[in-house]
Amino acid sequence: MIDRRAFLRLAAGAGSASLAAACGWDGGNAVRPLLLDVSRLNDWVGEKILFSKTRLAPQYDIAERTARLPAYFISPTMPVLQNPSAWRLQVSGLVRRPLSLSIDELQAMPRTTYTVKHHCVEGWSAIATWHGVPMSAIAERCGMLPQARYVRFDSFDSGYMNGWDLASAMHPQTILAYGMNDNPLPESHGAPLRLYSPTKLGYKMTKYLVSVTFTAERPGGYWEDQGYPWFGGV
Amino acid sequence: MTVPPVPTTLPPVPAAPPVKRHHWIVRLTHWMTFVLLAGMIMSGLQIYGAYARFGERDGPYYVNAFEDHAFPTWSRLGGWLAGGLNWHFTLMWPLVAGGFLYLSYLALSGEWRSLLFRPRDIHGAVEMQKYYLRLRKDHPPQGKHNPLQKLAYTFIILLGVLSVLTGFAIYKPTQLSWLTALFGGFQAARYWHFWAVWIFTAFLIVHVILVFVVDPASLRAMISGWYRGRFPSHD
Repeated sequence: MIDRRAFLRLAAGAGSASLAAACGWDGGNAVRPLLLDVSRLNDWVGEKILFSKTRLAPQYDIAERTARLPAYFISPTMPVLQNPSAWRLQVSGLVRRPLSLSIDELQAMPRTTYTVKHHCVEGWSAIATWHGVPMSAIAERCGMLPQARYVRFDSFDSGYMNGWDLASAMHPQTILAYGMNDNPLPESHGAPLRLYSPTKLGYKMTKYLVSVTFTAERPGGYWEDQGYPWFGGV
Repeated sequence: MTVPPVPTTLPPVPAAPPVKRHHWIVRLTHWMTFVLLAGMIMSGLQIYGAYARFGERDGPYYVNAFEDHAFPTWSRLGGWLAGGLNWHFTLMWPLVAGGFLYLSYLALSGEWRSLLFRPRDIHGAVEMQKYYLRLRKDHPPQGKHNPLQKLAYTFIILLGVLSVLTGFAIYKPTQLSWLTALFGGFQAARYWHFWAVWIFTAFLIVHVILVFVVDPASLRAMISGWYRGRFPSHD
């Protein structure tokens, strides 16, 4: 009898699932919080089990670059600096020495270049070369404190921002990129500086950067706060 | 020798005693898989809509009858991309858990012997196909499942395994880049993952038609565990 009851429960579930589908159901007030809880569990699995601090993303030949890599921003028009020479990256939070770095100073720091595959949450992928300074070099220069567990990246694109776990931010392929495909970073891709890492989905890589903040509390994110996976690792 | 008188009323045909056919683990995981796979396919179609083609951004694109196609609202679950992703990445847990439970049951109970299609089943499969094509009059002898059923069930279990593996290849193409490369890269893995949807759907349609056309009692057996139909000798 228990099996029959279990079956009826399942059948009821199937019925409600198909009903719900008719309205493109995101779970509603009853189920959506549960889905988001599981998403947090998946974040944990992604960070603690599947992510490796040392495993590197495969690199490609520059001949394999995609001709046109799509780009987007959330502002109504493309965010452009009025006075590019006045731009500085602010590095602060749980650090010994807060920094204010110009593009020249960033370019004088250790440089990483790689040609990797970009994975968008939508399902498309494209190959490009990126040039920048490793986040780990920034952390070293500012004297990141041991209490730091997360990094918050803010932009001048209408408040677009992302929060990262420290392990992903310190991955050797996580860089603050000022160049793309042997040229300065184009405005459409986040000039003058953007976050890049082949271990993350595209929406995690903040463009049009203005500040990097080391925190103890988990920062949210523009898409993440609307329901997209927070960890966003690939 | 005297001929016995013809009885005026025929005695009732003794009902075949019901046979226990399916263990509760089989029944539970069967219906779990049905509901969860429906949810996975529907949330998958929602996700597909965000980029409805396969191939690197510059192309060329893989042959795909559904290129740039938007599936109807009733067939999708999640409402938008994030909703589809959250359903997909939630339902995957019980689906995979059910799959493990089922496969563990098959392995430990020895039940796999009546399901796994092996080289020695090839001859029987040909005979069974002849019977269905009316090239052979009598139903070939069989055990719990005939060789064609074994072939179908073995194939669908392998398709389930392939779906999970291609799913991982899409989920973590960097961390599991070896797996993604095994399927021919990120876009190829997406492509095979999508193909699995249509093979599952085709299987479901044929499976349900055969249940109702050949042996409707098998539906009841998959619910209660007890079989009262025409083919009890097959158990």
